Amino acid sequence: MSARFALPTLALTASVVVLAGCVPNAASADGGTISVTVADAGCTLSATDVPAGTVVFSVSNQGSSATEFYLLASDGASIVSEVENIGPGLTRDLTVQVAEGDYFTSCRESDTAEATPEAFTVTAAEGEVVVDEERAALLDQAAVTYKAYVQQEVAALVTATDEFVAAFVAGDDDAARDIYAPARTHWEAIEPVAESFGDLDPSMDLREADLAEGEEWTGWHAMEKDLWQPEDGSYTALTSEERQALGDQLVADTAELSARVNADDFTFEAFQIGNGAKELLDEVATGKITGEEEIWSGTDLWDFRANLDGAWEAFIVLKPAADLTDEDLSIEIEERFTSLDAELAQYGSFDEGFVTYSELTEDQVLELSRLVEALSESLSQLTAAAIG
Amino acid sequence: MDDARDGTTPDQDDAVTEPASDATDAPEDGSSRRGFSRRAVLGGAGAVVGAAALAGGGFAAGRATASPVQLRQYDFHGEHQSGIVTPAQDRMHFAAFDVTTDSRDELIQLLRDWTEAAATLMTGSELGTGIAGGSALAPPDDTGDATGLPASGLTITFGFGPTLFVKDGEDRFGIADRQPAQLAELPHFPGDTLQERLTGGDLCIQACADDPQVAMHAIRNLSRLAFGVASVRWAQLGFGRTSSTTRDQSTPRNLMGFKDGTANLRAEDTDNISKFLWSEAADGQEWMAGGTYLVARKLRILAEIWDRASLGEQEATVGRTKGSGAPLSGGNEFTEPDFTRPGADGTPLIPTDSHVALAHPSANGGAMMLRRGYNYTDGADDLGRLDAGLFFLAFIRDPETQYIPMQTAISSSDAMTVEYVRAVGSAIFAVPPGIPAGATLGGDSGAYIGQGLFT
Repeated sequence: MSARFALPTLALTASVVVLAGCVPNAASADGGTISVTVADAGCTLSATDVPAGTVVFSVSNQGSSATEFYLLASDGASIVSEVENIGPGLTRDLTVQVAEGDYFTSCRESDTAEATPEAFTVTAAEGEVVVDEERAALLDQAAVTYKAYVQQEVAALVTATDEFVAAFVAGDDDAARDIYAPARTHWEAIEPVAESFGDLDPSMDLREADLAEGEEWTGWHAMEKDLWQPEDGSYTALTSEERQALGDQLVADTAELSARVNADDFTFEAFQIGNGAKELLDEVATGKITGEEEIWSGTDLWDFRANLDGAWEAFIVLKPAADLTDEDLSIEIEERFTSLDAELAQYGSFDEGFVTYSELTEDQVLELSRLVEALSESLSQLTAAAIG
Repeated sequence: MDDARDGTTPDQDDAVTEPASDATDAPEDGSSRRGFSRRAVLGGAGAVVGAAALAGGGFAAGRATASPVQLRQYDFHGEHQSGIVTPAQDRMHFAAFDVTTDSRDELIQLLRDWTEAAATLMTGSELGTGIAGGSALAPPDDTGDATGLPASGLTITFGFGPTLFVKDGEDRFGIADRQPAQLAELPHFPGDTLQERLTGGDLCIQACADDPQVAMHAIRNLSRLAFGVASVRWAQLGFGRTSSTTRDQSTPRNLMGFKDGTANLRAEDTDNISKFLWSEAADGQEWMAGGTYLVARKLRILAEIWDRASLGEQEATVGRTKGSGAPLSGGNEFTEPDFTRPGADGTPLIPTDSHVALAHPSANGGAMMLRRGYNYTDGADDLGRLDAGLFFLAFIRDPETQYIPMQTAISSSDAMTVEYVRAVGSAIFAVPPGIPAGATLGGDSGAYIGQGLFT
């Protein structure tokens, strides 16, 4: 176990756990399957009340356009669970554990379409219900801890971005080059979260190769290219006005990101954390291991390290819940994190800096890639294990 | 061409699908070591063998459009591994692996998982909970690309490379003293232009099927089970078997346009099979009894240059006629070549530097091989030339006497090899014996390929 990935032995277990709601376990009470038939005129449920437990809504879209199905809380607005993008003719299942209470169901053709929620009742469970309070509490705690981590990284990103942009706009290229990679680590550590805000990611992190014809290029990588200009004469340096505009945009976008992750309604669900961990490794496998992310600066290993740290954080907050299902999975994930951590540590650290990507030999890239694939394979099982 | 590959008929004796009578015991559970068993288990061996019993009728009923060839199904269990004397299928996906762990237990668990998964795949079934039977929050156990396709005669054959025993001087798994003398690294042959990334490997899997998607699905899913323990070092897709391994099969043509492997060992040649193919305990290593050795060579054909050679030169280079495949000394394809019969100028009709003259068993002390190679193409190279050739696979009891002398001779003198062929990849593997009929697979105690090496 490396120091970097030391387990926070107290952080999670010692926290005060607020139990948001007891979720009955599937094993002892089963609400069964409810058929939901969606037609252009609306949707019909085979039953509108079930006993508490695991309920499967089998949503069959017999209409002519894609549809969505929601289970809503008693306020008729907050989403308990949902299944989206069910194409015409398709059936998709929504499996949800429901406690006794009043709910609403709703189905609609698209985000913009209007739909009237219909009342749905969950009655007391038939027979004895074993409530998996422990898991529910752990998952709630995971969401709280991970949200705090995201907010902390975004706060650091705001500070670092301000510093970077100041140097960039002032034309202090040496300083800007020094700050560039360390500043971006705060973005890379939470990349899937930032990407979930669909409008911010293209504005902040688009690579030149991702640009559509005629699209304006803004964000980190446009500035990267101006700091590490290609020497083949193909590139025209930015004017100071252009630098100012890019800098202003990045600062504004980062402030917007910060506002969103600090909003009251910004929450995580456990599956988003688990999938985020996997996506961070996917980022490594598709962008960093290939040297495509930081094509001008060659600082891919900084991003690699940050992606890995972000994935580790996500894993560690879900680990207590995942351990309830499969402790061996956590052990394997931990071992594989450790192996990859040790391999990457050969090439630098946040404190010492990293070698540029092009200095890696083919064999070194291959070894990193193999360790990434191994870890990713295990991490792909984390969400299901945590949610149980 | 009159190759008549369609004339192939399944060998009923070989296409065994009978259930082993005592294989219905419930598997030992024991999935304490997570990772693989979780994904690979299909209810254990009982279910696997049970599925095999449904062959023929069960599969035919659901897949009316599948051809008889695609409905062929071979039993994973047997004294020898499948995919050796099995009538050569038309498609191959071969992969060599580097073992990335130093843990003997992890290696053994991988072999267990591979064994169980291979038995499942050969029945045409999905792995684990299949493509849609698992949690919506986890990736499906099976990638799904062969779902709905019949077994297609899939065979899966495993091998162990010399570097599994000793790598960089290190005995990683405590098996160095079990390395067979026959499993020595091949020497450098004259003209070899081997690429490091196409050479060697600690483990190999040969998947052959009559549908390329079925073969690929097998390698893809077996590779997936290996993440963290072994990773693909190189892989090769092949098509159009280049040799016949039973008398029923016609001799196919290779990418040079010639019939290839006429003098091949075939399943029916039982005397020669036992003499030249299967290893025995007396050969040195008891765990290899019933196994064999596999030489894999990626031989690129310089197609454009070959295609510009005159018919006369091509035939003189090969030593056979291009049309019928008869030796230049006369007769038909299966007439024994007469290497001494002179032509008008007094020199042998079959040139002494032709491929047949140098590769024929008679030039190699009577040594025979079971060749099971495939054509390959990787498209075009950077210069727009056809990147294609022969993926040579030969199963032999003793490489030292049956392969190396022959290869040395043809690499030095054979006009075909010297002028038109470049060896770009090379590997040798020990292919352990099969799993006895009725053995339970899977879990922490199931039988597995290569078990004798570790016990």
